[in-house]
Amino acid sequence: MADSTLPIGSVIDLTPPSEAYGTWLEQVHSWVVTVDHKKLGIMYVVYALIFLLVAGFEAILLRIQLMVPRNNFISPEVFNRLFTMHGTTMIFLMGMPMVIGFANYLVPLMVGARDMAFPRLNAFSFWMTALGGLFLYYSFVGGVGLQGAGSAPDFTWWGYAPLTERAFSRGHTADYWALALIVAGFGTIGAAVNIIATTLCMRCKGMTLFRMPLLPWLNLVVAGMILIAISPLTAAQIMLLIDRYLGGHFFDSQAGGAPYVWMHFFWIFGHPEVYILVLPAFAIANEVIPVFSRKAIFGYPAMVAASAGIGLISLSVWAHHMFTVGMTSAQNAFFVLSTGLVGVPTGIKIFNWIATMWGGKIRFATPMLFCTAFVVQFLFAGLTGIILSTAPWNWQLHNSYFVIAHFHYVLVGAIIFCIFAGFYYWFPKVTGRMLDERLGKWHFWLFVLGFHMTFDLMHIPGLLGMPRSIYTYEPGRGWESWNMLVSIGGIIQAVATLIFVYNLVYSYFKGAEAGPDPWDAWTLEWATSSPPPEYNFASEPVVNSRRPLWDLKHPEDPDSRYE
Amino acid sequence: MSASTIPLAHGIATEDFAQPYHGTVGMVCLIIAESAIFTIFVVAYLYYIGKSISGPQPREVLELPIFNTVCLLSSSFTIWLAERNLKRGAMGAFSLWWALTIVLGGIFLGGTALEWRKLIYHDGLKISTNLFGTTFYSLVGLHASHVIIGLTMLSIVLIFALAGKLKREHSRQLEVLSLYWHFVDGVWVVVFTVVYIIGR
Amino acid sequence: MNFLCAGEDPQIMFAGWLQRKGPGPAAYALLLLLSCAGHAAWGAPTDNIVYQTPSIFQPQSGPAHMIYHLSLFVMQITGAIFIVVAAFWLYVVVRFRQRDPKDDSEPPQIYGSTQIEMAWTVIPILIVLVLFLTTARILFAIQDAKMPPTATHVDVVGHQFWWEFNYPDYRFTTVGELHVPVSTEQAPMTTSLRLLSADVVHAFWVPALMGKIDTIPNKVNSMWFNPDKVGMYVGQCAQFCGVEHAKMLLRVYVQTPDDFAAWVKNQQQPAVQDPAVAEGRQVFESQACISCHVIRGTAANGKFGPDLTHLMSRDTIASGASANTPADLKLWIKDPDYVKPGSLMPAMQLSDDQIDKIVAYLSTLK
Repeated sequence: MADSTLPIGSVIDLTPPSEAYGTWLEQVHSWVVTVDHKKLGIMYVVYALIFLLVAGFEAILLRIQLMVPRNNFISPEVFNRLFTMHGTTMIFLMGMPMVIGFANYLVPLMVGARDMAFPRLNAFSFWMTALGGLFLYYSFVGGVGLQGAGSAPDFTWWGYAPLTERAFSRGHTADYWALALIVAGFGTIGAAVNIIATTLCMRCKGMTLFRMPLLPWLNLVVAGMILIAISPLTAAQIMLLIDRYLGGHFFDSQAGGAPYVWMHFFWIFGHPEVYILVLPAFAIANEVIPVFSRKAIFGYPAMVAASAGIGLISLSVWAHHMFTVGMTSAQNAFFVLSTGLVGVPTGIKIFNWIATMWGGKIRFATPMLFCTAFVVQFLFAGLTGIILSTAPWNWQLHNSYFVIAHFHYVLVGAIIFCIFAGFYYWFPKVTGRMLDERLGKWHFWLFVLGFHMTFDLMHIPGLLGMPRSIYTYEPGRGWESWNMLVSIGGIIQAVATLIFVYNLVYSYFKGAEAGPDPWDAWTLEWATSSPPPEYNFASEPVVNSRRPLWDLKHPEDPDSRYE
Repeated sequence: MSASTIPLAHGIATEDFAQPYHGTVGMVCLIIAESAIFTIFVVAYLYYIGKSISGPQPREVLELPIFNTVCLLSSSFTIWLAERNLKRGAMGAFSLWWALTIVLGGIFLGGTALEWRKLIYHDGLKISTNLFGTTFYSLVGLHASHVIIGLTMLSIVLIFALAGKLKREHSRQLEVLSLYWHFVDGVWVVVFTVVYIIGR
Repeated sequence: MNFLCAGEDPQIMFAGWLQRKGPGPAAYALLLLLSCAGHAAWGAPTDNIVYQTPSIFQPQSGPAHMIYHLSLFVMQITGAIFIVVAAFWLYVVVRFRQRDPKDDSEPPQIYGSTQIEMAWTVIPILIVLVLFLTTARILFAIQDAKMPPTATHVDVVGHQFWWEFNYPDYRFTTVGELHVPVSTEQAPMTTSLRLLSADVVHAFWVPALMGKIDTIPNKVNSMWFNPDKVGMYVGQCAQFCGVEHAKMLLRVYVQTPDDFAAWVKNQQQPAVQDPAVAEGRQVFESQACISCHVIRGTAANGKFGPDLTHLMSRDTIASGASANTPADLKLWIKDPDYVKPGSLMPAMQLSDDQIDKIVAYLSTLK
């Protein structure tokens, strides 16, 4: 028998793949015209990885400039462009494509479908996102700076009007910025429509909604949030372009327009956006932690409910970014309360992860290392979030380095850590080869060291009164040593990331063969070969529980008895 | 024994469960996203009512587009009739009602064009004139652009119908399209209320 | 007036801050060492360097004290949560790790527990409510406080990239350095600020006195504080406002009522007219300087740039980017971009002689 260790043969296609790889041109062509969710998922992820390196490089330049006070490493104009591009890139060209790429690859596999609900829309969404990135980075060339040299947006990633209006942003950088976000936004909305339709309409036989694994569940919630949250950004950017091209006055303070309105529109997008990025990261942890603890996820219904709860509450917390803009005390109080409450479902998730590990036999392979660190780092990030939600203290902390430290703790300490875990966990599925464990450990420990050096210490200059977005600072303020250490930590993270990239390339060619199910896992994607054939499953799977492969491996004690 | 004969499911066969048509789900998602975009424009309109520094003000120049509104809203009814006829297989009646829907939509669009012409050339209200101009043309224009997209799609369907390519089994797809058209009509009710009743 | 902080050395500030936060002595020694190293390497003092850390843990006014006490309370609660949950995490990671790599038996499967999950839903809700009530009390106390009739009113206007301070009750304007009276128990004095913007969004932030509030075009915001200690407090713009956001610095001088009254009296006077520098004044008035700057009592009445009527009463120029000495003034007038790249003051292409005369003139504007 071909696969006695893995009694899931019916979904594996044993016919050998047809030879023809074709010339490299045919190869490229096959990627460009593909509508296969797996190829598109890979393209999303590679695209995001490239921008991770680009925006990471920008961050290193910023940190070098801030190492010492009154530094002249880069000019203020360049610094402002770099931190604007760093933020915009990391959110829209790294974070979003990365989580959508994971969803694209994994959701159909995990719900036992052969593709997304709308494969062509899927390809369209990817290429729109790609076009967005092109627009944004083309501004370096076409943005028209001084003496015809290239320029780039230089008004922060939240782009408070009227800085983005014609009066304060001449040239075309703001146009490229707005267009890039609109276009990439359309791509994101398309992807969200696809994820919702796939999870609601394409599940395999037996997979009721409450047997769907948590990764598709969380991505379903995220897709719903994308529909409601990205659209306001699109609308606001359209208004900005109307102002800039048609002479409109939406945010033109000279004609009675209110910059204040932009702030609301932006943060109605901006805060849910954080959860749009973090929930897919939770989704990865929800798959990795149970498998490596060898236990079912603790409190599946609570996890689903908490995710939906986070999705709902997060739509009502946006103005906690705006405690300093002069809202009335009652408005401020409302947003203090709603922000505190969003911490409750988030807390439930942390407790459930710890409870999942409790009583297990935890195997600390690299994916689990990243997820373990993630749990405690996210705990810390959540608590500094609670600190920031207390409005009067927020008046002190807002726009200080404390805030930067807080949201990098979320974006790096939670999201990037989970994404790295996802890479180590699913790389064998995608390529058929394991990522190198030794390099993985190096990557993990160096990254943990750099991360904590940078972002733990970064809280302190914030508490000592250092505002964000400044290209230099005065000596004598007591910020010097902290900035130096933070910068060194950033460089350590960069080294760790390069090790990771090297590992990806090295293992792609030289890694150990993975086989269909290297982690002894339980969800459907491990029931097909690695890499999966274009049609995913030779025959449509049928499931009876949340962990179909557990049922197969333990017929004496299947999950379906307990659900 | 070949591995491919081992069934993934063993034991109990699963109960059947129905999943919705993915086209409908996709369109509902699109409508949710579009509603969010319209909400932002409507909020901006409401916020800026009466904040224009210079004239003309809405009360001075806007007239109630009653006829247009009746046309657009009744087109929701005609598209529903068309759909019903398609399900029964009455292709002639379908084409007739479908064409009437397009005509009604076209009248609405023409009416908007005439209104804008009057506003621009007679009243001197352009998008750059004041906050009212900016918000008015943006909101009404955003809606009109949706009407144009809708009319284009409706027309393509009409061409297929007249060419005899449209069959009874396509009614599910057309339901999705008419859902969009109902949405465009529904948005007009909001826009009409905000622009011509509250804002005037 | 020398407020350049005797006894405000950064090391001492770190010490105070750390003692309040209370880490172990080893960590404290390490931090002290690091801050000394930082000081030695880059802290070569010049006349413009102020050794003062604008720490939010050194409150010097009523609202800042309230925020400080709130912050201690919130930190205790969040710190306790962190310690408890992280301890569970650590226990799980150590206790339940796979000890024998060859052992591939599966642990007992547990799918959840309604009681436990209810507990860790209800307890956080209670904590959130406690935090909310505490926060709301302080929020309302600060934000909805009634201003006493004796309050000193100042209109703060944010410009790219400097601060304008109008004293509507005393009818004069000053720039970059805000002067306010100290508030004592015997004579409470509140300063009430109206925050406005001339161009883009800025934020007024002096951590020792109060948190930041934005200045937003077409919107009037407000804040207040009652500083309880005489001294100079540093702050800066805290909302990105363009190229030179980083050098939109800010100082608040808290003075005794007598000093403050004397300062006000001086500021109310028109500019000094010294015949010895008539030549410089003539150069100044024949150049475009006057289309941006005001010198009360002369032809200079521009509104775009800072008021120079009492330039010499200030310690800094260029919104704190440079000390206010004749040499620095000269450098600044000759090439503003050298001192503050991207500042909106143009280099006027004046000859050295002209600049010398202008600086001589400006130096008389006490």
